[in-house]
Amino acid sequence: MARELMKGNEAIAEAAVRVGLQSYFGYPITPQTELLEYLSRRMPELGRAFVQAESELAAINMIYGAASTGVRCMTSSSSPGISLMMEGVSYIAASEIPMVFIDVMRGGPGLGNISPSQSDYNQIVHGGGHGDYQIITLAPSSVQEMVDHIQLAFDLAEKYKMVTCVLADGSIGQMMEPCELPAMRPLRQESEFAGWATRGKHGRAERNVVSSIYLNVAEEEQANFRMMNHWQQVKANEVRYKEYFLDDAELAIVGFGSAGRIALTAVRQARAEGIKVGLLRPITLNPYPEEALDRLTDRVKSILVTEMNGGQMLRDVERIVRGRVPVEFYGRTGGVVPFPDEILGEIHRMAAGNLPMGGDPHIRWLERMARKN
Amino acid sequence: MATLQANEQVVYQRPRALTEVNTHYCPGCTHGVAHRLVAEVLDEMGLQDRTVGVACVGCSVFAYNYFDIDWVQAPHGRAPAVATGVKRSLPHDSIVFTYQGDGDLASIGTAEIIHAAARGENITVIYINNANYGMTGGQMAPTTLPGQKTTSSQTGRDVELQGYPIRAAELLANLDGASYVVRRSLHDPKNIRMAKKAIQTAFETQVRGLGFSLVELLSICPTNWGMTPVESLGWLNDHMIPYYPIGDFKVISALQKETCASKAEG
Ligand SMILES: Cc1ncc(C[n+]2csc(CCOP(=O)(O)OP(=O)(O)O)c2C)c(N)n1
Repeated sequence: MARELMKGNEAIAEAAVRVGLQSYFGYPITPQTELLEYLSRRMPELGRAFVQAESELAAINMIYGAASTGVRCMTSSSSPGISLMMEGVSYIAASEIPMVFIDVMRGGPGLGNISPSQSDYNQIVHGGGHGDYQIITLAPSSVQEMVDHIQLAFDLAEKYKMVTCVLADGSIGQMMEPCELPAMRPLRQESEFAGWATRGKHGRAERNVVSSIYLNVAEEEQANFRMMNHWQQVKANEVRYKEYFLDDAELAIVGFGSAGRIALTAVRQARAEGIKVGLLRPITLNPYPEEALDRLTDRVKSILVTEMNGGQMLRDVERIVRGRVPVEFYGRTGGVVPFPDEILGEIHRMAAGNLPMGGDPHIRWLERMARKN
Repeated sequence: MATLQANEQVVYQRPRALTEVNTHYCPGCTHGVAHRLVAEVLDEMGLQDRTVGVACVGCSVFAYNYFDIDWVQAPHGRAPAVATGVKRSLPHDSIVFTYQGDGDLASIGTAEIIHAAARGENITVIYINNANYGMTGGQMAPTTLPGQKTTSSQTGRDVELQGYPIRAAELLANLDGASYVVRRSLHDPKNIRMAKKAIQTAFETQVRGLGFSLVELLSICPTNWGMTPVESLGWLNDHMIPYYPIGDFKVISALQKETCASKAEG
C-alpha cells in the first residue's frame, strides 16, 4: 500500500475510521484538536456518529453510552481533559466493556501549556480514577505507530472487554511523517457483542445491563478479584516492547514514546563513539515489560530512565530493578522536549562509571538540573 | 398468577415492561408511580423491545432492576450524555430515555441536560423533582423551595445564602433544540393520568424523530420530608405546585394536534 505523509493526529483518526470506528465524541484541546476536526468531517461523510461534546465530562460519558452498545467507539483529549474524564474511565473499566481513548499529552500540571509532555504516565498507568482497575496502555513513538496502535487498541479492548489508552504526546500528534494506513474494514458485527450490549432486547429473554454498582461489598470484592485475575491474562499475553542495540550493551536506557525516540538518536551517536549503550522502549506501559527489564538488569552495568516528566515511570523501573544496578534518571518536564545531546551527555556521564547504588535518582536529577540553571 | 374464571376479566395488572420484583423505594414514594406510568406507555406503544433506559445516580439508580428492558447505569448527572452515546450508536428506530432525579439533572448534570436539549437529541427524559436529594438522606437540592428545611439547610433554605430554586422545565423550554417540555405532578389520580398522557407524548416525540422531550414529574419524598405519604401529597399540592406550575412549556407545532386531542380526551 502507498505511504502517505500525514500528521500524527490525523493519521490516527483516519486509521481508526478504517478499522471500523463507528462513534466518536470529543472536545477541542491542543495538541489533540486536529483529531477531532478531522473526524468532524470524516465521520458524517460515512454516516457514522460524531458529536462535539460540551465538555470532556460529557464526551467520556457519551463514549460510555456508545461502548455499551458494542460499537467501536473512542474519544480523545489531552492531559487536562483526560483528568476531567477520569470518573467516566473508572465507570467504564468497572463495567467491563471495551472502550478506547487517545491522550495526546501536554505540559502540566494545571493548565500548563500546549507543548509535548509525558506527564500523564501516572494517571493512565496507575489509575487516575477511583478504584482498583487497570487500563491497557500503548505508547506510540511515530506516526506509523499511531496508526498501528489504534488498531491494536481496538483489538485488545474488544478481546479483553477493557479500556485501552493510546498514550501519545504533542510531538507525535503534531509531527508529519510518512505512514501506511490500513485498508477499509467492515464495521463490527452485532453477533460479536450480542451477549452483553445494550441495544434493546429485540426478543432476547434476559435484559442486558451495563453497570458498575455492587452495593453488596462482598460482591464488589469478588468483582474486583475477577477483574484482577482477568488482568493477569493481559499481563501474560500482551506485553510489547522494542529493543535497540541491547545485545552487548553495558548501559541500558529505558524510555517510551517521544522520549524513547529521542533516546534512540542519542544511543546511535554514542554507538558511533564506541559506547556500549542500548535502548529498551516499552510499547505497552501497562502491562509493563517487566520480564524484559528484569532480564536486562542482569546483563547491564547501569540503567538510565528518560522521560518527559519528573520521573513517573522511573518508579516502576526501580521496582523491577530492585537495586541490582545503579539507576539514574534524566527528564525534562513542563512541556520541555529534551535534545538528543542532553541524553548523550547523560550517557557520557554514566559510561565514565562511579555511579551511586541506591539513593533517589529523582533527587540526584533535581540537584543536577539546579546546578545547570 | 391466578387463573381467570369465566365471569372475571383482568382490569389491572403489572405492565409487561416491569419485572416481577419488589422495589426498594420507601413507603409512599412516587418513584414507583412514575415507573409504572413509563412502563405502561412502553407497553401500550409497543416499545419495550427496542428501548434502552439510562439510569442515573439517586434513589432510582436501581431502575434497571425494575424495567424489563436493556439499561446503562450512568454516573451522577451524566445520563443525557450517556443517552446521547447510546442513541447515536444504535439504529434510528431505537428508543432511549433517561430517568433522573433533580439533584442529578438540575445540579451536577446541568451542562449535560442543557446541551442534550440544545442539540435536539432525540431522547426522552423523565425528570423526578422531589425537592431534595433523596438517596443521600435529604440534603438541599437545586429544587428545594425557599424556606424548606433539609439536612443541609436546617433552618430552611435562605435564598440570600443559598440562592433560588431552578425551574428546569422552563429553563430548558427556552432552547430551540427542545421539542416537548412539560411539567406534571404525581400527587393525585387526575394529575397522574395527565402525567401518563405527557409521557406518551414524550415517547411519541422520539418515535417520530422530532427531537428532545422531557417530562418533569413533581414527586414526594415522605421519608426525607419527615411527613406521612398523605401529608406529603398535600405539601406537594400546597407548596410545590405554586412554585413549579403544571404546564406545557414547549410543544413544537408538529406535536400540537396530539396535545389538543389528548386534552379533549382527558
Ligand atoms: C460524582 C458523585 N457525587 C455525589 C454522589 C452522591 N450522590 C448519590 S445520589 C445523590 C443525590 C441524588 O439526588 P436526586 O438526583 O435528587 O435523586 P433522588 O435520590 O432524590 O431520587 C448524590 C449527591 C455520587 N454518587 N457521585
